[in-house]
Amino acid sequence: MASKYSNITVKGFRRENGRVGVRNHVLILPVDDISNAACEAVANNVKGTMAIPHAYGRLQFGEDLEVHFRTMIGTGSNANIHSVVVIGIEPDWTKRIADGIRETGKEVAEFSIEQKGDFETIRAASWAAKDFVHKATEIQREECSISELWVSTKCGESDTTTGLGSCPTVGNMYDKLLPEGITGFFGETSEITGAEHICQKRAINEEVGERWYKMWKAYQDDVIFAHQTDDLSDSQPTKGNILGGLTTIEEKALGNLEKIGRTSQYIDILDPAEQPNSGKGLYFMDSSSAAAECVTLMAAGGAVIHTFPTGQGNVVGNPIVPVIKITANPRTVRTMGEHIDVDVSGILRRDQTIDEAGDALIDMIRRTANGRNTAAEALGHREFSMTKLYRSA
Amino acid sequence: MSNIPHLLVHDHEDNVGVVVVEGLTAGTEMFCCVTHDNSTFTLTAGADVPIGHKIALKDLKDGDTAVKYGEDIGKVIADIPKGEHVHTHNCKTKRW
Repeated sequence: MASKYSNITVKGFRRENGRVGVRNHVLILPVDDISNAACEAVANNVKGTMAIPHAYGRLQFGEDLEVHFRTMIGTGSNANIHSVVVIGIEPDWTKRIADGIRETGKEVAEFSIEQKGDFETIRAASWAAKDFVHKATEIQREECSISELWVSTKCGESDTTTGLGSCPTVGNMYDKLLPEGITGFFGETSEITGAEHICQKRAINEEVGERWYKMWKAYQDDVIFAHQTDDLSDSQPTKGNILGGLTTIEEKALGNLEKIGRTSQYIDILDPAEQPNSGKGLYFMDSSSAAAECVTLMAAGGAVIHTFPTGQGNVVGNPIVPVIKITANPRTVRTMGEHIDVDVSGILRRDQTIDEAGDALIDMIRRTANGRNTAAEALGHREFSMTKLYRSA
Repeated sequence: MSNIPHLLVHDHEDNVGVVVVEGLTAGTEMFCCVTHDNSTFTLTAGADVPIGHKIALKDLKDGDTAVKYGEDIGKVIADIPKGEHVHTHNCKTKRW
Protein backbone atom coordinates (compact mmCIF):
# COMPACT_ATOMS: atom_id res chain seq x y z
CA MET A 1 0.00 0.00 0.00
CA ALA A 2 1.39 3.41 -0.94
CA SER A 3 2.18 5.75 1.94
CA LYS A 4 3.63 9.25 2.07
CA TYR A 5 7.05 7.55 2.29
CA SER A 6 6.63 5.52 -0.91
CA ASN A 7 7.61 8.31 -3.28
CA ILE A 8 10.71 9.59 -1.50
CA THR A 9 13.67 9.48 -3.85
CA VAL A 10 17.38 9.99 -3.27
CA LYS A 11 20.32 10.61 -5.57
CA GLY A 12 22.57 7.60 -5.11
CA PHE A 13 25.21 5.59 -6.91
CA ARG A 14 23.81 2.46 -8.51
CA ARG A 15 26.48 -0.25 -8.55
CA GLU A 16 27.16 -3.10 -10.96
CA ASN A 17 25.22 -5.55 -8.76
CA GLY A 18 22.18 -3.26 -8.51
CA ARG A 19 22.84 -2.09 -4.95
CA VAL A 20 22.55 1.62 -4.14
CA GLY A 21 25.35 3.52 -2.42
CA VAL A 22 25.32 7.04 -1.03
CA ARG A 23 29.09 7.68 -1.11
CA ASN A 24 31.64 6.98 -3.84
CA HIS A 25 34.90 6.05 -2.12
CA VAL A 26 38.03 4.65 -3.72
CA LEU A 27 39.22 2.39 -0.93
CA ILE A 28 42.80 1.35 -0.17
CA LEU A 29 42.27 -1.81 1.87
CA PRO A 30 45.03 -3.49 3.92
CA VAL A 31 44.66 -7.27 4.24
CA ASP A 32 46.72 -7.21 7.44
CA ASP A 33 48.29 -4.88 10.01
CA ILE A 34 51.74 -4.85 8.39
CA SER A 35 50.31 -3.59 5.09
CA ASN A 36 48.85 -0.46 6.70
CA ALA A 37 51.94 1.66 5.96
CA ALA A 38 51.86 0.90 2.22
CA CYS A 39 48.09 1.62 2.07
CA GLU A 40 48.51 4.93 3.87
CA ALA A 41 51.35 5.87 1.50
CA VAL A 42 49.14 5.17 -1.54
CA ALA A 43 46.30 7.22 -0.02
CA ASN A 44 48.76 10.04 0.55
CA ASN A 45 50.02 9.87 -3.05
CA VAL A 46 46.58 9.80 -4.65
CA LYS A 47 44.05 12.38 -3.44
CA GLY A 48 40.44 11.26 -3.28
CA THR A 49 41.31 7.79 -1.98
CA MET A 50 40.97 6.50 1.55
CA ALA A 51 43.09 3.94 3.43
CA ILE A 52 41.49 2.13 6.37
CA PRO A 53 44.32 0.81 8.57
CA HIS A 54 43.45 -1.84 11.19
CA ALA A 55 45.16 -4.04 13.74
CA TYR A 56 44.65 -7.62 12.54
CA GLY A 57 44.92 -10.16 9.74
CA ARG A 58 47.90 -12.35 10.67
CA LEU A 59 47.87 -15.84 12.24
CA GLN A 60 44.11 -15.83 12.77
CA PHE A 61 42.32 -19.16 12.34
CA GLY A 62 38.90 -20.81 12.49
CA GLU A 63 35.78 -18.68 12.95
CA ASP A 64 37.92 -15.68 13.95
CA LEU A 65 39.62 -15.79 10.53
CA GLU A 66 36.23 -16.14 8.82
CA VAL A 67 35.02 -12.97 10.58
CA HIS A 68 38.19 -11.24 9.35
CA PHE A 69 37.62 -12.29 5.73
CA ARG A 70 33.90 -11.43 5.88
CA THR A 71 34.71 -7.98 7.29
CA MET A 72 37.38 -7.27 4.66
CA ILE A 73 35.34 -8.55 1.72
CA GLY A 74 32.12 -6.99 3.01
CA THR A 75 33.74 -3.60 3.53
CA GLY A 76 35.18 -3.59 0.01
CA SER A 77 31.86 -4.81 -1.41
CA ASN A 78 29.78 -2.08 0.27
CA ALA A 79 27.75 -0.03 -2.23
CA ASN A 80 29.37 3.17 -0.86
CA ILE A 81 32.63 1.96 -2.44
CA HIS A 82 33.39 2.63 -6.11
CA SER A 83 36.56 0.54 -6.44
CA VAL A 84 39.23 -1.01 -4.24
CA VAL A 85 43.02 -1.36 -4.11
CA VAL A 86 43.84 -4.35 -1.88
CA ILE A 87 47.34 -4.66 -0.41
CA GLY A 88 48.57 -7.59 1.70
CA ILE A 89 51.91 -8.99 2.75
CA GLU A 90 51.53 -12.20 0.69
CA PRO A 91 49.51 -13.01 -2.45
CA ASP A 92 47.12 -15.78 -1.31
CA TRP A 93 44.93 -14.08 1.28
CA THR A 94 45.23 -10.86 -0.73
CA LYS A 95 43.73 -12.66 -3.74
CA ARG A 96 41.01 -14.27 -1.65
CA ILE A 97 39.84 -10.85 -0.44
CA ALA A 98 40.21 -9.17 -3.85
CA ASP A 99 38.27 -11.98 -5.56
CA GLY A 100 35.55 -11.80 -2.90
CA ILE A 101 35.05 -8.10 -3.63
CA ARG A 102 35.19 -8.71 -7.43
CA GLU A 103 32.00 -10.79 -7.16
CA THR A 104 30.10 -7.48 -6.84
CA GLY A 105 31.38 -6.42 -10.27
CA LYS A 106 33.52 -3.62 -8.83
CA GLU A 107 36.99 -2.93 -10.15
CA VAL A 108 39.62 -4.29 -7.77
CA ALA A 109 43.43 -4.16 -8.06
CA GLU A 110 45.54 -6.35 -5.76
CA PHE A 111 49.15 -6.08 -4.68
CA SER A 112 51.34 -8.09 -2.32
CA ILE A 113 54.49 -6.82 -0.70
CA GLU A 114 56.76 -9.87 -0.30
CA GLN A 115 59.67 -9.97 -2.79
CA LYS A 116 58.89 -6.40 -3.85
CA GLY A 117 59.02 -4.22 -0.75
CA ASP A 118 56.93 -1.19 0.14
CA PHE A 119 58.44 1.13 -2.51
CA GLU A 120 57.62 -1.02 -5.55
CA THR A 121 54.20 -1.98 -4.12
CA ILE A 122 53.31 1.64 -3.41
CA ARG A 123 54.43 2.71 -6.91
CA ALA A 124 52.31 0.11 -8.69
CA ALA A 125 49.30 0.50 -6.35
CA SER A 126 49.37 4.29 -6.71
CA TRP A 127 48.97 3.99 -10.49
CA ALA A 128 45.94 1.74 -10.01
CA ALA A 129 44.47 4.05 -7.37
CA LYS A 130 44.88 7.08 -9.64
CA ASP A 131 43.09 5.29 -12.46
CA PHE A 132 40.20 4.42 -10.08
CA VAL A 133 39.91 8.05 -8.90
CA HIS A 134 39.51 9.29 -12.47
CA LYS A 135 36.77 6.73 -13.08
CA ALA A 136 35.00 7.34 -9.76
CA THR A 137 34.90 11.09 -10.22
CA GLU A 138 33.29 10.77 -13.64
CA ILE A 139 30.24 8.79 -12.57
CA GLN A 140 27.04 10.62 -11.65
CA ARG A 141 24.47 10.18 -8.93
CA GLU A 142 21.12 8.91 -10.21
CA GLU A 143 17.59 8.87 -8.87
CA CYS A 144 16.82 5.89 -6.63
CA SER A 145 13.99 5.06 -4.27
CA ILE A 146 14.60 5.50 -0.54
CA SER A 147 13.40 1.89 -0.28
CA GLU A 148 16.64 0.74 -1.93
CA LEU A 149 18.74 1.92 1.03
CA TRP A 150 20.20 -0.49 3.60
CA VAL A 151 20.04 1.30 6.95
CA SER A 152 21.62 0.04 10.18
CA THR A 153 21.27 1.15 13.79
CA LYS A 154 23.19 0.87 17.01
CA CYS A 155 23.07 3.31 19.93
CA GLY A 156 25.94 4.49 22.11
CA GLU A 157 26.71 6.35 25.32
CA SER A 158 23.08 5.67 26.07
CA ASP A 159 21.22 7.16 29.00
CA THR A 160 17.59 7.23 30.00
CA THR A 161 16.83 9.82 27.30
CA THR A 162 17.74 7.33 24.55
CA GLY A 163 14.95 5.01 25.70
CA LEU A 164 12.54 7.95 25.89
CA GLY A 165 13.46 9.77 22.68
CA SER A 166 16.25 8.90 20.27
CA CYS A 167 15.78 5.10 20.18
CA PRO A 168 11.99 5.34 19.64
CA THR A 169 12.76 7.86 16.85
CA VAL A 170 14.81 5.19 15.05
CA GLY A 171 12.08 2.64 15.80
CA ASN A 172 9.49 4.92 14.25
CA MET A 173 11.68 5.29 11.14
CA TYR A 174 11.92 1.50 10.81
CA ASP A 175 8.17 1.07 11.35
CA LYS A 176 7.63 3.49 8.43
CA LEU A 177 10.43 2.49 6.02
CA LEU A 178 10.67 -1.30 6.45
CA PRO A 179 7.18 -1.71 4.91
CA GLU A 180 8.49 0.37 1.96
CA GLY A 181 11.19 -2.24 1.35
CA ILE A 182 14.38 -1.00 2.98
CA THR A 183 16.78 -3.49 4.53
CA GLY A 184 17.59 -2.85 8.19
CA PHE A 185 20.14 -4.08 10.72
CA PHE A 186 20.14 -4.05 14.51
CA GLY A 187 22.24 -6.09 16.93
CA GLU A 188 24.33 -5.58 20.10
CA THR A 189 23.95 -9.10 21.50
CA SER A 190 25.08 -8.37 25.08
CA GLU A 191 22.85 -5.34 25.28
CA ILE A 192 19.63 -7.27 24.82
CA THR A 193 20.15 -8.90 28.22
CA GLY A 194 17.12 -8.03 30.29
CA ALA A 195 14.89 -7.68 27.24
CA GLU A 196 15.60 -11.05 25.61
CA HIS A 197 12.05 -12.26 26.28
CA ILE A 198 10.75 -9.30 24.27
CA CYS A 199 13.38 -9.54 21.51
CA GLN A 200 12.66 -13.22 20.93
CA LYS A 201 8.99 -12.39 20.36
CA ARG A 202 9.84 -9.76 17.74
CA ALA A 203 11.02 -12.45 15.30
CA ILE A 204 8.91 -13.01 12.18
CA ASN A 205 8.12 -16.54 13.38
CA GLU A 206 8.87 -18.96 16.20
CA GLU A 207 11.71 -20.73 14.36
CA VAL A 208 13.65 -17.48 13.84
CA GLY A 209 12.92 -16.46 17.45
CA GLU A 210 14.31 -19.74 18.74
CA ARG A 211 17.46 -19.39 16.65
CA TRP A 212 17.82 -15.85 17.98
CA TYR A 213 17.50 -17.04 21.58
CA LYS A 214 20.09 -19.80 21.04
CA MET A 215 22.53 -17.25 19.63
CA TRP A 216 21.93 -14.87 22.55
CA LYS A 217 22.27 -17.68 25.14
CA ALA A 218 25.48 -18.96 23.54
CA TYR A 219 26.95 -15.48 23.88
CA GLN A 220 25.98 -15.38 27.58
CA ASP A 221 27.49 -18.81 28.27
CA ASP A 222 30.56 -18.82 26.01
CA VAL A 223 31.66 -15.21 26.39
CA ILE A 224 30.15 -13.49 29.43
CA PHE A 225 30.15 -16.35 31.92
CA ALA A 226 33.39 -17.84 30.55
CA HIS A 227 35.40 -14.62 30.89
CA GLN A 228 33.77 -12.49 33.56
CA THR A 229 35.86 -11.61 36.61
CA ASP A 230 33.10 -9.84 38.50
CA ASP A 231 29.45 -9.05 37.87
CA LEU A 232 30.15 -6.92 34.76
CA SER A 233 28.45 -3.97 36.41
CA ASP A 234 31.37 -1.71 35.43
CA SER A 235 31.16 -2.63 31.73
CA GLN A 236 27.44 -3.11 31.04
CA PRO A 237 26.05 -0.52 31.73
CA THR A 238 29.22 1.49 30.99
CA LYS A 239 30.51 4.24 33.27
CA GLY A 240 29.06 6.76 30.79
CA ASN A 241 25.65 5.05 30.89
CA ILE A 242 25.67 5.19 34.71
CA LEU A 243 26.61 8.89 34.71
CA GLY A 244 23.64 9.40 32.43
CA GLY A 245 21.29 7.72 34.89
CA LEU A 246 21.06 4.13 33.59
CA THR A 247 21.30 1.76 36.56
CA THR A 248 21.11 -1.81 35.24
CA ILE A 249 21.62 -3.83 32.04
CA GLU A 250 17.88 -4.62 32.05
CA GLU A 251 17.00 -0.91 31.94
CA LYS A 252 19.58 -0.31 29.20
CA ALA A 253 18.34 -3.27 27.14
CA LEU A 254 14.70 -2.15 27.26
CA GLY A 255 15.72 1.30 25.99
CA ASN A 256 17.96 -0.23 23.34
CA LEU A 257 15.16 -2.38 21.94
CA GLU A 258 13.05 0.75 21.34
CA LYS A 259 15.13 1.05 18.14
CA ILE A 260 12.97 -1.56 16.39
CA GLY A 261 9.81 0.38 17.01
CA ARG A 262 6.34 -0.96 17.69
CA THR A 263 5.59 -3.18 14.70
CA SER A 264 8.90 -4.14 13.06
CA GLN A 265 9.89 -7.81 13.11
CA TYR A 266 13.27 -9.28 12.20
CA ILE A 267 13.27 -11.87 9.45
CA ASP A 268 16.65 -13.53 10.05
CA ILE A 269 19.83 -13.58 12.12
CA LEU A 270 23.28 -12.75 10.74
CA ASP A 271 26.72 -13.79 11.94
CA PRO A 272 29.13 -10.86 12.51
CA ALA A 273 29.76 -9.07 9.16
CA GLU A 274 27.49 -11.50 7.27
CA GLN A 275 25.53 -10.12 4.30
CA PRO A 276 21.75 -10.62 4.35
CA ASN A 277 20.37 -13.14 1.87
CA SER A 278 16.78 -13.67 3.00
CA GLY A 279 15.37 -10.71 1.10
CA LYS A 280 14.26 -7.24 2.17
CA GLY A 281 13.50 -6.65 5.83
CA LEU A 282 15.06 -6.28 9.26
CA TYR A 283 17.99 -8.45 10.38
CA PHE A 284 19.57 -9.03 13.78
CA MET A 285 23.36 -9.17 13.50
CA ASP A 286 25.25 -10.97 16.27
CA SER A 287 27.60 -8.14 17.24
CA SER A 288 29.48 -6.37 19.99
CA SER A 289 27.85 -3.40 21.69
CA ALA A 290 31.07 -1.39 21.30
CA ALA A 291 30.19 1.43 18.89
CA ALA A 292 33.02 1.29 16.35
CA GLU A 293 33.08 -2.52 16.21
CA CYS A 294 29.34 -2.75 15.70
CA VAL A 295 29.14 -0.05 13.00
CA THR A 296 32.11 -1.66 11.21
CA LEU A 297 30.39 -5.09 11.20
CA MET A 298 27.08 -3.67 9.93
CA ALA A 299 28.89 -1.71 7.19
CA ALA A 300 30.57 -4.98 6.15
CA GLY A 301 27.09 -6.54 6.09
CA GLY A 302 26.11 -3.94 3.49
CA ALA A 303 24.51 -1.02 5.38
CA VAL A 304 25.08 2.27 3.53
CA ILE A 305 23.70 4.62 6.21
CA HIS A 306 23.87 4.17 9.98
CA THR A 307 21.44 5.77 12.44
CA PHE A 308 23.02 6.28 15.86
CA PRO A 309 20.97 7.37 18.87
CA THR A 310 23.07 8.77 21.72
CA GLY A 311 22.29 10.14 25.14
CA GLN A 312 25.49 11.29 26.82
CA GLY A 313 27.18 11.95 23.45
CA ASN A 314 29.08 9.23 21.57
CA VAL A 315 31.30 10.75 18.85
CA VAL A 316 31.82 7.63 16.67
CA GLY A 317 32.00 7.68 12.88
CA ASN A 318 32.88 5.19 10.17
CA PRO A 319 35.16 5.58 7.13
CA ILE A 320 32.73 4.24 4.52
CA VAL A 321 29.25 4.73 6.02
CA PRO A 322 27.77 8.08 7.11
CA VAL A 323 26.70 7.86 10.76
CA ILE A 324 23.66 10.02 11.62
CA LYS A 325 23.62 11.02 15.31
CA ILE A 326 20.32 11.53 17.07
CA THR A 327 19.88 12.75 20.63
CA ALA A 328 16.98 13.67 22.87
CA ASN A 329 19.20 14.91 25.70
CA PRO A 330 19.07 18.75 25.80
CA ARG A 331 22.32 18.89 27.80
CA THR A 332 24.13 16.91 25.08
CA VAL A 333 22.68 19.22 22.40
CA ARG A 334 24.04 22.17 24.42
CA THR A 335 27.48 20.74 25.26
CA MET A 336 28.24 18.55 22.19
CA GLY A 337 26.12 20.11 19.46
CA GLU A 338 28.85 19.69 16.83
CA HIS A 339 28.27 15.90 16.92
CA ILE A 340 24.49 15.92 16.57
CA ASP A 341 22.62 15.66 13.24
CA VAL A 342 19.05 15.27 14.52
CA ASP A 343 17.96 17.01 17.75
CA VAL A 344 14.83 15.33 19.15
CA SER A 345 14.99 16.90 22.61
CA GLY A 346 11.50 18.25 21.95
CA ILE A 347 10.24 14.76 22.82
CA LEU A 348 11.31 15.30 26.45
CA ARG A 349 9.57 18.70 26.54
CA ARG A 350 6.48 17.00 25.02
CA ASP A 351 6.44 19.52 22.18
CA GLN A 352 7.54 16.94 19.59
CA THR A 353 5.89 13.56 19.06
CA ILE A 354 7.76 10.33 18.25
CA ASP A 355 5.95 10.40 14.90
CA GLU A 356 7.32 13.88 14.12
CA ALA A 357 10.80 12.87 15.28
CA GLY A 358 10.68 9.77 13.05
CA ASP A 359 9.79 11.98 10.06
CA ALA A 360 12.70 14.31 10.92
CA LEU A 361 15.06 11.32 10.91
CA ILE A 362 13.69 10.04 7.59
CA ASP A 363 14.31 13.49 6.12
CA MET A 364 17.88 13.44 7.44
CA ILE A 365 18.39 9.98 5.91
CA ARG A 366 17.16 11.40 2.59
CA ARG A 367 19.49 14.42 2.80
CA THR A 368 22.44 12.26 3.89
CA ALA A 369 21.81 9.86 1.01
CA ASN A 370 21.78 12.86 -1.35
CA GLY A 371 25.26 13.80 -0.18
CA ARG A 372 24.96 15.92 2.97
CA ASN A 373 27.97 15.17 5.15
CA THR A 374 27.07 14.03 8.65
CA ALA A 375 28.61 15.60 11.76
CA ALA A 376 30.90 12.57 12.09
CA GLU A 377 32.06 12.94 8.47
CA ALA A 378 32.66 16.68 8.87
CA LEU A 379 34.66 16.06 12.05
CA GLY A 380 36.75 13.29 10.47
CA HIS A 381 35.53 10.41 12.61
CA ARG A 382 36.58 7.30 10.66
CA GLU A 383 36.73 4.58 13.31
CA PHE A 384 37.28 1.25 11.58
CA SER A 385 37.42 -1.46 14.28
CA MET A 386 37.71 -5.12 13.42
CA THR A 387 36.00 -7.66 15.69
CA LYS A 388 38.37 -10.32 17.04
CA LEU A 389 36.87 -13.44 18.59
CA TYR A 390 39.97 -14.92 20.28
CA ARG A 391 43.81 -14.90 20.37
CA SER A 392 45.68 -15.55 17.14
CA ALA A 393 47.90 -18.62 16.70
CA MET B 1 1.05 20.42 26.28
CA SER B 2 1.50 23.83 27.86
CA ASN B 3 3.72 22.84 30.78
CA ILE B 4 7.18 21.38 30.25
CA PRO B 5 7.45 18.24 32.39
CA HIS B 6 10.20 17.72 34.99
CA LEU B 7 9.73 13.97 35.05
CA LEU B 8 8.67 11.42 32.43
CA VAL B 9 7.26 7.97 33.19
CA HIS B 10 7.01 5.33 30.45
CA ASP B 11 4.13 3.21 31.73
CA HIS B 12 1.41 3.27 34.41
CA GLU B 13 2.89 0.13 36.01
CA ASP B 14 6.27 1.85 36.54
CA ASN B 15 7.49 2.72 40.03
CA VAL B 16 10.31 4.97 38.82
CA GLY B 17 10.39 8.01 36.50
CA VAL B 18 13.15 9.92 34.67
CA VAL B 19 14.18 13.52 35.35
CA VAL B 20 14.20 15.36 32.00
CA VAL B 21 15.27 18.86 33.07
CA GLU B 22 18.67 20.13 34.16
CA GLY B 23 19.26 21.47 37.68
CA LEU B 24 16.31 19.86 39.47
CA THR B 25 16.50 20.68 43.20
CA ALA B 26 15.04 18.98 46.28
CA GLY B 27 11.59 20.28 47.18
CA THR B 28 10.58 21.05 43.58
CA GLU B 29 6.93 20.30 42.92
CA MET B 30 7.52 18.25 39.76
CA PHE B 31 5.09 18.22 36.86
CA CYS B 32 5.13 14.58 35.71
CA CYS B 33 3.87 12.96 32.51
CA VAL B 34 3.22 9.32 31.62
CA THR B 35 4.33 9.06 27.98
CA HIS B 36 2.07 6.08 27.28
CA ASP B 37 -1.08 8.26 27.32
CA ASN B 38 0.17 11.77 28.23
CA SER B 39 -1.63 11.64 31.61
CA THR B 40 -0.07 13.90 34.23
CA PHE B 41 0.45 14.10 38.00
CA THR B 42 2.64 15.99 40.47
CA LEU B 43 5.34 14.72 42.84
CA THR B 44 7.78 16.49 45.18
CA ALA B 45 11.47 15.84 44.46
CA GLY B 46 13.20 14.49 47.58
CA ALA B 47 16.73 15.27 46.39
CA ASP B 48 18.76 17.23 43.83
CA VAL B 49 18.64 14.76 40.95
CA PRO B 50 20.56 15.23 37.66
CA ILE B 51 18.88 15.08 34.26
CA GLY B 52 18.45 11.48 33.09
CA HIS B 53 18.44 10.01 36.60
CA LYS B 54 15.47 8.27 38.19
CA ILE B 55 13.12 9.14 41.03
CA ALA B 56 10.93 6.73 43.03
CA LEU B 57 7.21 7.27 42.36
CA LYS B 58 6.28 5.55 45.65
CA ASP B 59 8.00 4.21 48.75
CA LEU B 60 10.18 1.25 47.69
CA LYS B 61 11.44 -1.39 50.12
CA ASP B 62 14.67 -3.39 50.11
CA GLY B 63 13.93 -6.48 47.99
CA ASP B 64 11.29 -4.83 45.80
CA THR B 65 11.53 -4.92 42.00
CA ALA B 66 12.14 -1.65 40.17
CA VAL B 67 9.71 -1.36 37.24
CA LYS B 68 10.21 0.81 34.13
CA TYR B 69 8.70 0.35 30.63
CA GLY B 70 6.27 -1.85 32.60
CA GLU B 71 9.17 -4.32 32.94
CA ASP B 72 11.55 -5.58 35.64
CA ILE B 73 14.75 -3.47 35.55
CA GLY B 74 16.40 -4.84 38.71
CA LYS B 75 16.13 -5.26 42.47
CA VAL B 76 15.87 -2.53 45.07
CA ILE B 77 18.71 -3.07 47.62
CA ALA B 78 17.84 -0.34 50.18
CA ASP B 79 14.62 1.34 51.25
CA ILE B 80 13.87 4.31 48.95
CA PRO B 81 11.29 6.89 50.04
CA LYS B 82 8.91 8.31 47.43
CA GLY B 83 10.52 11.23 45.56
CA GLU B 84 14.11 10.08 46.23
CA HIS B 85 16.92 9.36 43.78
CA VAL B 86 17.05 5.76 42.45
CA HIS B 87 20.41 4.62 41.09
CA THR B 88 23.32 2.19 41.58
CA HIS B 89 23.50 2.92 45.35
CA ASN B 90 20.01 1.47 45.94
CA CYS B 91 19.13 -0.59 42.85
CA LYS B 92 21.00 -3.45 41.18
CA THR B 93 20.74 -5.82 38.20
CA LYS B 94 19.26 -9.30 38.69
CA ARG B 95 21.63 -10.57 35.95
CA TRP B 96 25.39 -10.92 36.03
